[in-house]
Amino acid sequence: MIQAIISGLLMGFVYALIAAGLSLIFGLMEIVNFAHGEFLMLSMFSAFWFWALFGVDPLYSLPVTAALLALLGLVVHYGIIRHILRAPMLAQICATFGLAVFLRALAQFLWTPDFRTVIHPLVEGRVEVLGIFLGLPQIVASVGCLMGFTLLYVFITRTETGLALQATAQDRQAASLMGIPTDRMYALGWAIGAACVGVAGGLLSTFYFVFPEVGFQFALIAYVAVALGGFGSILGCLLAGVLIGLVEALGGLLIDPSFKYLIVFGLYLAVVFFRPQGLFGRF
Amino acid sequence: MAMLEVKGLTKKFGGLVANDDIAFAVKEGEILGLIGPNGAGKSTLFDLLTGFQRPDAGYVSFLGRSLLGSRPDQISRLGVGRTFQKLRPFDHMTVEENVMVGVLQHTANLRVAREQALGALFFVGLLEKRGAHGHMLSTGQRKRLELARAMATRPRLLLMDEVSGGVDQRSLPGLIDLVNRLKQQGMTMIIIEHNMQVLMSLADRVLALHLGRKIAEGTPEEIQNDRKVIESYLGLAYA
Amino acid sequence: MRSRTPAPMIAALGAAEREPALQDALNEPARTPWRLRTRLLGLAGLVALLAYPFVLDAPFPQHVMIMIFLYALMAQSWNILAGYCGQISLGHAVFFGIGAYSSGFLFATFRVSPWLGMMVGIAIAMAAAVAIGLPTLRLRGHYFAIATLVIAESVQIVFQRWEFVGAASGIWLPIVRENPLLNFQFNESKIPYYFIALGFLSLVCLAVWYLERSKAGYYFRAIREDPEAASSLGVDVSRYKVLAFMISAGFMSIAGTFYAQYVLVVDPETVFPLTLSILVLLIAVMGGVGTLWGPIIGAAVLVPLSEFTRIYLGGTGGSVDLIIYGALIVLICVFRPVGLLGIWKDWRLGTAVGGAKNRGNA
Repeated sequence: MIQAIISGLLMGFVYALIAAGLSLIFGLMEIVNFAHGEFLMLSMFSAFWFWALFGVDPLYSLPVTAALLALLGLVVHYGIIRHILRAPMLAQICATFGLAVFLRALAQFLWTPDFRTVIHPLVEGRVEVLGIFLGLPQIVASVGCLMGFTLLYVFITRTETGLALQATAQDRQAASLMGIPTDRMYALGWAIGAACVGVAGGLLSTFYFVFPEVGFQFALIAYVAVALGGFGSILGCLLAGVLIGLVEALGGLLIDPSFKYLIVFGLYLAVVFFRPQGLFGRF
Repeated sequence: MAMLEVKGLTKKFGGLVANDDIAFAVKEGEILGLIGPNGAGKSTLFDLLTGFQRPDAGYVSFLGRSLLGSRPDQISRLGVGRTFQKLRPFDHMTVEENVMVGVLQHTANLRVAREQALGALFFVGLLEKRGAHGHMLSTGQRKRLELARAMATRPRLLLMDEVSGGVDQRSLPGLIDLVNRLKQQGMTMIIIEHNMQVLMSLADRVLALHLGRKIAEGTPEEIQNDRKVIESYLGLAYA
Repeated sequence: MRSRTPAPMIAALGAAEREPALQDALNEPARTPWRLRTRLLGLAGLVALLAYPFVLDAPFPQHVMIMIFLYALMAQSWNILAGYCGQISLGHAVFFGIGAYSSGFLFATFRVSPWLGMMVGIAIAMAAAVAIGLPTLRLRGHYFAIATLVIAESVQIVFQRWEFVGAASGIWLPIVRENPLLNFQFNESKIPYYFIALGFLSLVCLAVWYLERSKAGYYFRAIREDPEAASSLGVDVSRYKVLAFMISAGFMSIAGTFYAQYVLVVDPETVFPLTLSILVLLIAVMGGVGTLWGPIIGAAVLVPLSEFTRIYLGGTGGSVDLIIYGALIVLICVFRPVGLLGIWKDWRLGTAVGGAKNRGNA
C-alpha cells in the first residue's frame, strides 16, 4: 500500500512536468497542444538513439534532448502555430492534432512500432527504503522532473523574462504596450514547454518502454492534469500531477490494474463538470 | 404600465461594483438613452437585462413578467432584442443567412423566412450586400447587420449597445436616420451612446450612469446641463 | 403567443411593390440552379457509380469503393456535429462501436436481423449522445474535445474487459447462408454491400442537404460561429448542440452496423480505436469541413491512398498514408482551412480570398 503511494507520488512528478509544459503553452495563447504526447515520444526516442548509436546514457544526453525539443517547439511555433493564432478553433485543434498524427506516423515509419528499451542505463536496479522496494531509475526520474519543475517555477515567477511571460499570458495587448515582444514570448513559451517534455521524456526513457504510440497515454494524463490543476496554472499542475499519480497507483492496487485509467478519466470528467476552472485555473 | 421595470439591480464582480441599485422604467414606444463614461456599467446593465449575467440583487420585469434567471434565448423569445458593442456577425455565413437566423425564431418555413430577412435587409439598407460573408463587411455595415438581425426576431424592446461607436462621420447620419425610422415604426428602445449629438436627436429620455450608479435621469436637455453628469465625464473643473 | 405590433420589416415588405430592388431580390431563387453541364456531369457520375461494381467485378476494386462509401458516411456524420455545429469531437469512434456491437451482439446471440439491430444501435447511440452531450457540450471547445477523447478511451477500455460482449476478442458473427438480405450478409459477392453502403451514404448526404435548408441547420451554423450571439437571437444553444450530437451519433452507428456485417468480427481494437476517430476527422477536414461534398471528396482521396500505400509499401509503410494525411491536415489548417473543396472552389472562381474581399467593399 505504502509502496503504491510512493511509486504513485514518484510518477506524479513526472506527470507534473509534462503537464506544466502543456499548461504553459495554453496559458500563453489558449491553444491546446494535441501533439504534446508526440513531443514526449520524440524526446524518448532521442534519448534512446543517443544511447543506442553513441552509447551515451540518457542522463548525460538529457541537456541535448531538452535542447532538441526546445528547437522543435520553436519550429512548430514559427512554422505552424503563428499562422493559426487567430484561426477558428477547429483549425487550431486540427492543426496540432494533425501534427500529432504526422509525428506518430513518421516515428512508426522510421523506427517501426517495436518496443525499445535502454538496457543497463547508468542508474539502474532497485533500492530498499524502509521495507519498500523502489526502482532507482524511477527515483532519479522523479527527482529530475521535480527539479525541472522547480526550475520552471522559479523562472516563471522570479526572473524578468518569466514575469514577461506571465504578463503576456494574462493580457497580450497590455504586455505589448509595455514593450514586451509578445511574439517572441509565444515562441519562448513553446520552446520551454517542449523542453519540459524533453526533460521528462529523457528521464522516462531510463525505465519506460520507448515506442511510437507511447505519447498518447501520457498526453491523456497531461490533459487531465492540466484540466484538474487549472489551465494556465503551473502550480496546479504539480498538485494535479501528483494527485493523478496517486489515484492511478492506488486505483490499480485497490480496484483493478486495467481500470486505473478509467478512474483517472472519471476524475477529469468530474473536475470538468463541477469545477471547470480546475483547482487554480483562470477560466 | 411600463414595458420594462427595473428595481434595485446590483451586480458585483469580486470587489468591483458594476451596477449599484439601478432603478428605472421604460414606457412603450419611447427611446431611453443610457450614457456614462467608460466603466460606468452600461454594458453590464444590458448583460443583466438580457440574461448574459445574473444580478446579485434586484428585479427586472418585462411586460409584467420577471426576466431573472432566464437564459438569453428565452429572453429573446419573450421579446427583448439586443445588439452588441463588440460587433459579432456570423463571419462565415452570408448577410442574408445572418438575418435568417433571427427570423427563424418565428417561422420554420424557409421561404417565408427569406422574404422577411430580405425585408429587414432592405430596411437597414444592406440589400445589395446580402450575398457577402459576414467577415467582409465594414464597421458601418456590420452595425446595420446587427440591427437587422436583432430586428428580425421581432422584439418589443430593443437594446442597442452603441450606435455611433467606430462609425465614420460620413456614415453616421445614415445610421441615425435608420434608428429614427425604427422609432417611427413604434419600436421601444434603450440605446447606449457616447455621442451627445446622436443622443439629442434620438432619445426621449436619458439615464446617466457613473461608477455603476444612476446619477441623473431626465430629458436630453436636462441631462446635458446636469452638473453631476458633466462632472462624471470631464471632472470637477468643468462642472 | 404574444401579440405584436407590426414589425418594421413587415411594414417594409408592404413597400415592396414600390421598391424594385427588393422585388428583384425576392424574385431571385434562393440558390442558383445547376447549369446544364453540371447536371449532365452529375448524371454521368451517377451512372458510373451504379455501373462500377459490374464493370469492375472483382473483390478489390469493389472493396475500395465500399470503404470510400463507409468512410465518407462516417466523415459526413462527424461533419454534422463538427463542421456545421462547430463542436469538435475527437472520440467519434464511440458511436461506431456502439452500432457495431449492438447489431453484432443481437445477431450473434439471438439471430436478430441486423436491420433491427441497426435500429437498436441507433437508439443506443443517440441515447449515449444525450448522456455524453448534456454535461459536456457546455464546455468550451478544447475541454469538450478532450472530454470526448477521454470518454472514447474509457469506453474502449470497458469493452476490452467486458466478458458479456466477448472482452478483448469481441464478437464473431456467425456465417449464415440463407436469407442474405434479411440477415444482412452476402457471402457470394460484395455487390449488395456496395449498394447498401451507397444507400447509407446517400441517406446521410440527404440529411445534410436537408439540414442546410432547415431551421436546425441555420441554428447549428449560428452556434458554430458565435454561440452567445446566437443565444441573443433566440437559439437554445444547448438543445441544438445535443440535437446535432444525436444526429451525428445515429449515422455513425449505422456505419458501425454496416461494418460489423461486412467483416463479421467486432472487437474493441477495431471499432473503438483512436485511429478511427482521427481518420474520420482527417477525411472531413481535408475534404472541406462544413460542406456537403467535403467528406465525400476527402474519403475519395484518402481511402485509395491508404489502400495503395498499404499494398505497395506494406509493413511499416502502412503508416505512410498517415504521414501524408497528418502533413496535409496541418498544411490545410494553416493555409486554407476550407479544405480541398474550398481550394477547388477558389480555383474555379478564379478569385483568391483577397479578390472576394475587394468585392465586398464599404
